[in-house]
Amino acid sequence: MPLIFVGLGLERAGISVRGLEEARRADAVYAEFYTSIVPRLSVEELQQLIGKPVRVVDRKTVEENPDEILRRAKRERVVFLVPGDPMVATTHVDLRLRAHRMNIQTEIVHAGSILSAVAGAAGLQSYKFGASATIPFPDNPSSRPYEILVQNKQRGLHTLLLLDFRAEEERAMTANQAIEIMSGLERKHGKKVFLPETLAVVVARVGDPDARVRAAMIRELASQDFGDPPHSLVVPGALHFMEGEALKVFGGAPADVVDQLVR
Amino acid sequence: MRRYKHVEEIIKLMWKPERIRNIGIVAHVDHGKTTLTDSLVAASGIISFDLAGEQLFTDFLDIEQQRGITVQTAAVSLAHTYEGNEYLINLLDTPGHVDFSGDVTRALRAIDGVIVVMDAVEGIMPQTETVTRQALQERTKPVLFINKVDRLITELKLSPEEIQARFAKLITKFNELIRRFAPKDVAADWMVNVENGSVAFGSAKEKWAISIPQMKKKNISFKDIYQAYQEGRQAELAKLTPLYEVVLDMVIRHLPDPKAAQQKRVPVLWKGDIESEIGKAMLSADPNGKLCMVITDIVVDEQAGVISTGRIFSGTVEKGKAVKLLNAKQTSKIQQVSIYMGPDRVIVDKVPAGNIAALIGMKEAVVGETLMEEGVDAPGFEELRYISEPVVTVAIEPKNFQELPKLVDRLNKIAKEDPNIRVKINEETGEYLVSGMGEVHLEIVEYKLREAGLEVKTSEPIVVYRETVTKHAGPVEGKSPNRHNRFMISVEPLEPEVIKAIEDKRITDDQDRKERAALLRELGWDTHLARNVIAVVGPNVLINATKGVQFMRDVQDYIIEAFKNVVEEGPLMREPCRGLKVIIEDAMLHEDSVHRGPAQIIPAVRRPILACVLLGDPIVLEPLLKLEVKVPQEFMGGATKVIQGRRGRIIDMQTEEDIIVLQALLPVANSFGLAADLRSETEGRAIWATEFAKFEKLPPELQQQVIQNTRKRKGLKPEPPKPEEFMEK
Ligand SMILES: Nc1nc2c(ncn2[C@@H]2O[C@H](COP(=O)(O)OP(=O)(O)OP(=O)(O)O)[C@@H](O)[C@H]2O)c(=O)[nH]1
Ligand SMILES: [Mg+2]
Repeated sequence: MPLIFVGLGLERAGISVRGLEEARRADAVYAEFYTSIVPRLSVEELQQLIGKPVRVVDRKTVEENPDEILRRAKRERVVFLVPGDPMVATTHVDLRLRAHRMNIQTEIVHAGSILSAVAGAAGLQSYKFGASATIPFPDNPSSRPYEILVQNKQRGLHTLLLLDFRAEEERAMTANQAIEIMSGLERKHGKKVFLPETLAVVVARVGDPDARVRAAMIRELASQDFGDPPHSLVVPGALHFMEGEALKVFGGAPADVVDQLVR
Repeated sequence: MRRYKHVEEIIKLMWKPERIRNIGIVAHVDHGKTTLTDSLVAASGIISFDLAGEQLFTDFLDIEQQRGITVQTAAVSLAHTYEGNEYLINLLDTPGHVDFSGDVTRALRAIDGVIVVMDAVEGIMPQTETVTRQALQERTKPVLFINKVDRLITELKLSPEEIQARFAKLITKFNELIRRFAPKDVAADWMVNVENGSVAFGSAKEKWAISIPQMKKKNISFKDIYQAYQEGRQAELAKLTPLYEVVLDMVIRHLPDPKAAQQKRVPVLWKGDIESEIGKAMLSADPNGKLCMVITDIVVDEQAGVISTGRIFSGTVEKGKAVKLLNAKQTSKIQQVSIYMGPDRVIVDKVPAGNIAALIGMKEAVVGETLMEEGVDAPGFEELRYISEPVVTVAIEPKNFQELPKLVDRLNKIAKEDPNIRVKINEETGEYLVSGMGEVHLEIVEYKLREAGLEVKTSEPIVVYRETVTKHAGPVEGKSPNRHNRFMISVEPLEPEVIKAIEDKRITDDQDRKERAALLRELGWDTHLARNVIAVVGPNVLINATKGVQFMRDVQDYIIEAFKNVVEEGPLMREPCRGLKVIIEDAMLHEDSVHRGPAQIIPAVRRPILACVLLGDPIVLEPLLKLEVKVPQEFMGGATKVIQGRRGRIIDMQTEEDIIVLQALLPVANSFGLAADLRSETEGRAIWATEFAKFEKLPPELQQQVIQNTRKRKGLKPEPPKPEEFMEK
């Protein structure tokens, strides 16, 4: 019997019709909420929508003891609900591989992903993004996001920076914290890619009706309040004039700053 | 507080290095250090002359008075006139019992010379040898005081000729120690010699002493002394040839002043460049240089907080000065400066280089820490080299459960003051485990807790074992819980020479990488491995042998953490590991750091190390004591019976006149209650002493049982885990 990974998309109603049908048809439904936050989604509502209980599993269960899920999938139809698009941002490919090794058939039902949605919301073209990186909380410091930004900038590419989220500790990083961490890395490495006057875009709760996009100099973004998480941060590279236009219109970016980047 | 007429004089003398001697009194237990100190203190007028020898001024803890042994070093400053000049003598009375040998190690860092006290009846005992060796290795010069000479006359009833022959023998043996253990460049110069007065004889109890220079000066001979005893006039000797005069003259004449001593000691004990500004200041004990001081003692006082005592090597300590604590990597301000007068601290304005002072305001200080004046960029002093490790443990709990927080608080205070006490909580059973150097050491902890008004229950002593491997195992693969990070790790036995080098502090964790690599290569290591040691914890080494693996640096701290985790609690029975060489052979890491945080990396490294230890034919090592027994011939049978009945092994046997000297190795596990046994089997005629010898493989027939018992005690299931439990499926 199959194990079906179903994306919950980016908001309360982000699951696809096919995904919902699969969940309704399944013998057992599992869900995880440790890889990301889905704004305004509640487990109760989800259970009502599907019409059967949903078992929420934590990271430890999925990573260390996935046997229960897999054993069930051997005999029954099992749906595993995952925020966003199931195999993007944080991948569940390990679980899928394990299933495959046990001769369990797997399927994926895709949904909206933060990777494409952020680009779209900001009006940036997705093929012009370079590698992305996650900014970790300071207790697990890494220069990696900064290095990625440097590499992308050199090639004129946009950089999507995802922000650390720890369900276990009920902590989600805000764009303001992210800016502080990146500014610290800038002071340390000094490659001039994340200066107070650098243009950046904060996208909060992307995909949700309450989403917000704000493009401005880092100096200004640093002190603004973007509301509830999730937040993400984009540092644009060279801009196509259409992209520049979109940043001004949809993100309220100052014309002079944007125009400098238009090639 | 007592009144000290000498404080003013002492403060003046502090500024004249050539008029200062920083010395310690060291000896085997009960050979008379504290009695000697008392007599010296009495002569300086701090306590009454008649009370000296009974009051035991520096044994100011009740327990010391009750049990008649010193359990912690006491400091006192004295003034003495020699050839018309006044001198300042900073004196440390150290404990002689082997359980407190850590105190001697610490004291030696603060001083420049030692008086080795030797009981004329017992002669050179194991601790005499150990403390002398320690002193020599720290480059502190010795003089010899042969004590309890009264007993040779009144109890053993030896003739003057026999007494002199005995002295000659003791001195020869003592010089043999110097020849063997003193730094080569000074060995010949440091030998003691009756003629020049670097040896004195006397009775600390009866407050007289004699040396050849004194005999000449006062025109008396040993015959006169002998005669005085024969005629019951020995009380006059304290006036005729007073102990303090002979001993302090000897100290001033033969032991170096701080300036002279630092010239020799700083290059050996300090890791920095002696050509630098601070280096030069230390070589000349310059009070106007930048401040550098080493903490050698910590006391946590109810009112004052943490009091750090230590030796000032350069500069001047004064209130308000900002200093860096080099190991703690912290800065601090000196809040108060004082000097010691017996049990009391006397507050002073400032204390210059070459002296011993106490500071308030260094909350983070630990013993061995180097204080450096703010703004100086230089390394600290060498780590202290303790000769033994805590090998005996007791579980302690409060009688009244509500007092648990207070107990924890007290234990932490005790452990801060005495770095040879370790406190740990057993997660499974919730007990507090306190480890120390031996039974007496732990009794003192219990006593201190009781003093603080706590009623506690303590378990029988528990031996602290070690776990090790006997063969190479691995590589074993470890994966992070999210499977995005992989490690290949192997473990093998660390070479005995390397273990030794780590224990001698020649190889350390914070050492310069190149220096460490060079040493390891000399010990036969491959260049790549030698260069890539990333942690040394206990006598265990972690090596990152991977080549060109991306992001290794980012996760290094987590890898080290996992390694520490295992070496502190091995898989067999959660005892510390000894002699593991852990090699990270290969690794693959997720590029995004949120997927390689500590929660992912630590288990991915820890599990394969545990598996490797279990695959490497692990065994238990047990601590052994060296036991020396001096016993009259007719009681030798009794002594050997006790030793053999306790799994002991006699390794040497020698005859000295009608006394047999036995050397044996005895498991700590079988040493509890040894005193009573030996006493009864030899009718109290044996003189004996123990000290920590080494760790050795526990006999095969006992391995199983010890593992099971230890695990049970810790609340674990009796069988150790299988390697498969830590391996990827
Ligand atoms: N007959 C005689 N007894 C002495 C003499 N000196 C010390 N004693 C006795 O030896 C015992 C031990 O003396 P301490 O001064 O406490 O010895 P210690 O070396 O300080 O002992 P620890 O600090 O415990 O190592 C006491 O009972 C003293 O009275 C001496 O010269 N003659
Ligand atoms: Mg004493």
